[in-house]
Amino acid sequence: MKPFTVHTGLAAPIDRANVDTDMIIPKQFLKSIRRSGFGPNLFDELRYLDVGEPDSDNSGRPLNPDFVLNQPRYAGATVLLARKNFGCGSSREHAPWALEDFGFRTVIAPSFADIFYNNCFKNGLLPVVLSEPEVDQLFGAIAASEGLQITVDLAAQSVAAGELLFHFEIDDFRKHCLLEGLDEIGLSLQSSDAIKAYEAKRAAQHPWVFGAIKR
Amino acid sequence: MAAMTLYDKLWQSHLVESRDDGSALVYIDRHILHEVTSPQAFEGLRMAGRKPWRLDTNIATPDHNISTDRAEREAGVDGIPDKTSRLQVKTLDDNCDHFGIVEYKMNELGQGIVHVMGPEMGVTMPGMTVVCGDSHTATHGALACLAHGIGTSEVEHVLATQCLVTKKMKNMRIRVDGKLGFGVTPKDVVLAIIGKIGTAGGTGYAIEFAGEVFEAMTIEGRMTVCNMAIEAGARVGMVGVDQTTIDYVEGRQFVPKGADWESAVSYWRTLVSDPDAVFDAEVVLDGSAIAPQVTWGNSPEMVAPVTGSVPLLAEQNSAEQRAALERALHYMGLQEGSAITDIPVDRVFIGSCTNSRIEDMRAAAAVARGRTVAASVKQVLVVPGSQMVKQQAEAEGLDAIFRAAGMQWREPGCSMCLAMNNDKLGAGEHCASTSNRNFEGRQGNGGRTHLVSPAMAAAAAIAGHIVDVRSMMEEF
Repeated sequence: MKPFTVHTGLAAPIDRANVDTDMIIPKQFLKSIRRSGFGPNLFDELRYLDVGEPDSDNSGRPLNPDFVLNQPRYAGATVLLARKNFGCGSSREHAPWALEDFGFRTVIAPSFADIFYNNCFKNGLLPVVLSEPEVDQLFGAIAASEGLQITVDLAAQSVAAGELLFHFEIDDFRKHCLLEGLDEIGLSLQSSDAIKAYEAKRAAQHPWVFGAIKR
Repeated sequence: MAAMTLYDKLWQSHLVESRDDGSALVYIDRHILHEVTSPQAFEGLRMAGRKPWRLDTNIATPDHNISTDRAEREAGVDGIPDKTSRLQVKTLDDNCDHFGIVEYKMNELGQGIVHVMGPEMGVTMPGMTVVCGDSHTATHGALACLAHGIGTSEVEHVLATQCLVTKKMKNMRIRVDGKLGFGVTPKDVVLAIIGKIGTAGGTGYAIEFAGEVFEAMTIEGRMTVCNMAIEAGARVGMVGVDQTTIDYVEGRQFVPKGADWESAVSYWRTLVSDPDAVFDAEVVLDGSAIAPQVTWGNSPEMVAPVTGSVPLLAEQNSAEQRAALERALHYMGLQEGSAITDIPVDRVFIGSCTNSRIEDMRAAAAVARGRTVAASVKQVLVVPGSQMVKQQAEAEGLDAIFRAAGMQWREPGCSMCLAMNNDKLGAGEHCASTSNRNFEGRQGNGGRTHLVSPAMAAAAAIAGHIVDVRSMMEEF
């Protein structure tokens, strides 16, 4: 997995609460069997004026000029500022894949939906939770200053933008894995003996759990 | 020992390893796979040269992406017209064949929506941890399972290790006491709950549903409620074991027999919260006050009783709420303050992992019987949740009732709940839908979804607009 340490980049705001994963990447793109290539269809229904289809060329499609990511001042943004309950709805990991493929490295919001939050860490995308007043200040700062860069430092657990400096909380395990870009499966397999011991104990107690599913 | 909640007990009994950093390795008893969120996980396994930790805990079936049209289904996987869909379904078949995972293929008896087929075949049983790359996995919590959705990276992790790295959630209990009124269903109960606590009200919690309403509810009804826990922000929703649970599980295909059955039952009976268990949060609703519910906006929390109306902008407490309401009114093409029963209906969808079980089919058929779909309604899709539901419904003659009313009886799958196949809304069309999400574009680009119960959906199909189903039913 791609590690995340410190990132500085142009920030773009998406000013609405409850942005759901259907909005982040609409269902027709979930037919893909690949992990990459979702960036051109990030926020597809908001971003384009026509209906997108998988495996089609997006370069000539009519853009919605009102959508924030289509505004020239946010071209090349890598930090997404969002409102509460970002990523609610479906468990599709295609949502963080699309954000990452588009170029975002971090999303800052007052709260995230659980599954989306969890999925971000598997893909080197850092979700940062700040308080609502702090997020409000960042929205204000972006509006006031075109080209505003935000720095997110995972080791220091800090977000800096101009004069603003905020601290965020994150649990130690996720922080460690992301800083190091660790392979979580490899890490869990180091506990193989504990898993086998658990299975042996459980099979004695609840034998019906094992061996049942076969044809 | 301290009093424990049901969630505490399930967590404790699956804990493989607790780590100093607060994370834990938790054992997974059942892993259900489908075509959409698994291909990249299998590819990850191959690239790392890994194989599944065990085979007898995994089960797969295609559901999200497949056609519900009989002629298309009869043409088999090679007959799937859309080439990306075809490749995805083929990829599931190939991966299951390659790794030796049991799969119920597209047209086999046993195939169905993951959260319909799992419980109905006895794949999921009380006391199990159940995961699936689908956020509606909490459905299985109706059987007192610790069940939740996971992302594709976690699908790969579970395949490779039979475990998840996770953190313990907080406990929330939602009590609904009293007796549900005539014509009020489990779907109405869960929509009322979401209306009360909001779409993020349960974030970070495992919800236990308790109280007289759930005690009196069938397992299929409990599944409908647990299914939508995620729409209240909670990954996990569940109900403790009682006799209804045991009776539901008994005799199903993968359930133990003989002495194992007896010992399983005595263990399962312990799967209830201790009387003095402490919950981090408690929510109480009066079941007798719940009316049939209808969502009017584009978030499941934007819900009102059928007797009510769309909210007024002036009643909103904050600029953010006003903005959300304005956006919803614009998207949904509705006026503030208009009556819920004035909402027109262009299409109707009866199906999804929320409401496609046999009781749902019966409830819709009871309303459709002897009536005809309104001329203004373009299409009514009735999509059974599994091959077994389809078979049972046909044995009861329900398909004939739907057809006689002018409704289409389809093949099992997720269908218009998420519109990955050809079952979708056109821009601006209103749909009375028994599914779980009314997000913008969810059922088709520009489509307008109104979440309702199966009986309410059938009633809307007949009336051509949202209507209080109680006015069309005889009270016994």
